[in-house]
Amino acid sequence: MRTIDLAVTPLRELNSELHRQSDGTNEAEWEILNPRGQHAVAVGVDAPIKVAVRGPVGYYGGGMNKKATITIHGSAGPGVAENMMSGSVVVKGDASQYAGATGRGGLLVIEGNAASRCGISMKGIDIVVRGNIGHMSAFMAQSGHLVVLGDAGDALGDSIYEAKLFVRGSVKSLGADCIEKEMRPEHHTQLATLLDKAGIKDVKTSEFKRYGSARKLYNFNIDNADAY
Amino acid sequence: MCGIVGLFIKDKALEPRLGELTAQMLATMCERGPDSAGFAVYGAPEDGKAKLTVQSADADHDFAGLEAALSKTLGVPVEFERKSTHAVLTVPADKAEAARAAIKAGHPGVRIMSAGETIEIYKEVGWPTDVSEQFHLKEMSGSHAIGHTRMATESAVTTMGAHPFSTGSDQCLVHNGSLSNHNSLKRKLKHDGMTFETENDSEVAAAYLTWRMNQGMNLGQALEKSLDDLDGFFTFVVGTKNGFGVIRDPIACKPAVMAETDQYVAFGSEYRALAGLPGIDKAKIWEPEPATVYFWER
Repeated sequence: MRTIDLAVTPLRELNSELHRQSDGTNEAEWEILNPRGQHAVAVGVDAPIKVAVRGPVGYYGGGMNKKATITIHGSAGPGVAENMMSGSVVVKGDASQYAGATGRGGLLVIEGNAASRCGISMKGIDIVVRGNIGHMSAFMAQSGHLVVLGDAGDALGDSIYEAKLFVRGSVKSLGADCIEKEMRPEHHTQLATLLDKAGIKDVKTSEFKRYGSARKLYNFNIDNADAY
Repeated sequence: MCGIVGLFIKDKALEPRLGELTAQMLATMCERGPDSAGFAVYGAPEDGKAKLTVQSADADHDFAGLEAALSKTLGVPVEFERKSTHAVLTVPADKAEAARAAIKAGHPGVRIMSAGETIEIYKEVGWPTDVSEQFHLKEMSGSHAIGHTRMATESAVTTMGAHPFSTGSDQCLVHNGSLSNHNSLKRKLKHDGMTFETENDSEVAAAYLTWRMNQGMNLGQALEKSLDDLDGFFTFVVGTKNGFGVIRDPIACKPAVMAETDQYVAFGSEYRALAGLPGIDKAKIWEPEPATVYFWER
């Protein structure tokens, strides 16, 4: 195990070290101490390593992750796991706004609450939030899954494309072109897989509702002008 | 961008450390607002006394004889304590308004940063840690403090354009964001007798809250009303003599994080600002909700 203390080591040095790792690396386990809310901790990792961050991170923690398994033992600032490609990022605390934004793949698990714009413009990432999510979440979400065990704020899934949203609690309001949809057997299976991957065993898929696109705003239609 | 820090102390034992903790918080927010910085510190009141914090770009010239001139005009002794480009004038409470008028009338180079029983405001152009050292923030004590690091967007980088803004006795406001209806709102406030020192949008927000409180609202109610009347992006942190308030606009894209323990309530634009506070590992930490008033009083 490599331990790097950010109270001593500059952040750029940590990230350069992480970037030097590749597929066959022998240094498979990393521990990062004293992040103290610094930005861009463990950003751009491209190797199948495990990274444990002991404490809260600032902006973009674990951003652009590819292949790595990153666990943040604390809360995360704006843009955690932004544009993740693959691998996973787990936040043990809360996440600030735009968690998992534009993510193309991988799994983001937030064990606390996520603030506004969670999963904005997601493009294939799977996001599981144990708590609540804020307003404008899954805005323009293109593909992937957003699973919320708690409640969702205003304008969920505004202008959504083909991402699938599963919410167990209440939804304050749905955004333009986002509607509740039927939970068919394949959705129960899909949701069960996601919950399992996120290590969640205490809820049933039948407790969730599914939301997705009504597909009315895909292409500009003059009759919809009022909706813009 | 801008950075905001705020600390509202609940446990009196921590009051001597107010300045030290605020300085440490402010230092973490330098990159968010490198062009100027300022802070309001609410110290201990003196019975029957009011304080005016004043500033001058040519302090050696403007402060010379200021104490004597004011004592003469007001007919009472005035205490004067210079701190770099600023000075704190202490006068009998019933002479505070007269002192303000006398400064405005007779000392055009002297600008009034704040007035009240407990508030002192210091602000200058420059790197935030330099500003905090210039005024020895570390050595100050008190019940609450609000600091700001500025990256200017809506008006010039000047001392008067730095935050906090104070538009009423013992009141102050700092702002991260930009307002879009400040011009029309300002016209309305001017019509109702409010006066302005700058072209800054944040000053309009401060004056708006003062105007509402002059109508008899408390800070919490005034903040609630601001959601209807202010348009634009904002995270505000606001202080009164015994109150501390936080509000974000409904879009809430300007960052905010808060922490609370038995000893204090703290605000930071980012967690970094809170990381060095005592007991932060055990604190309740949360992101303030959009369009929601948070308000503490002692």
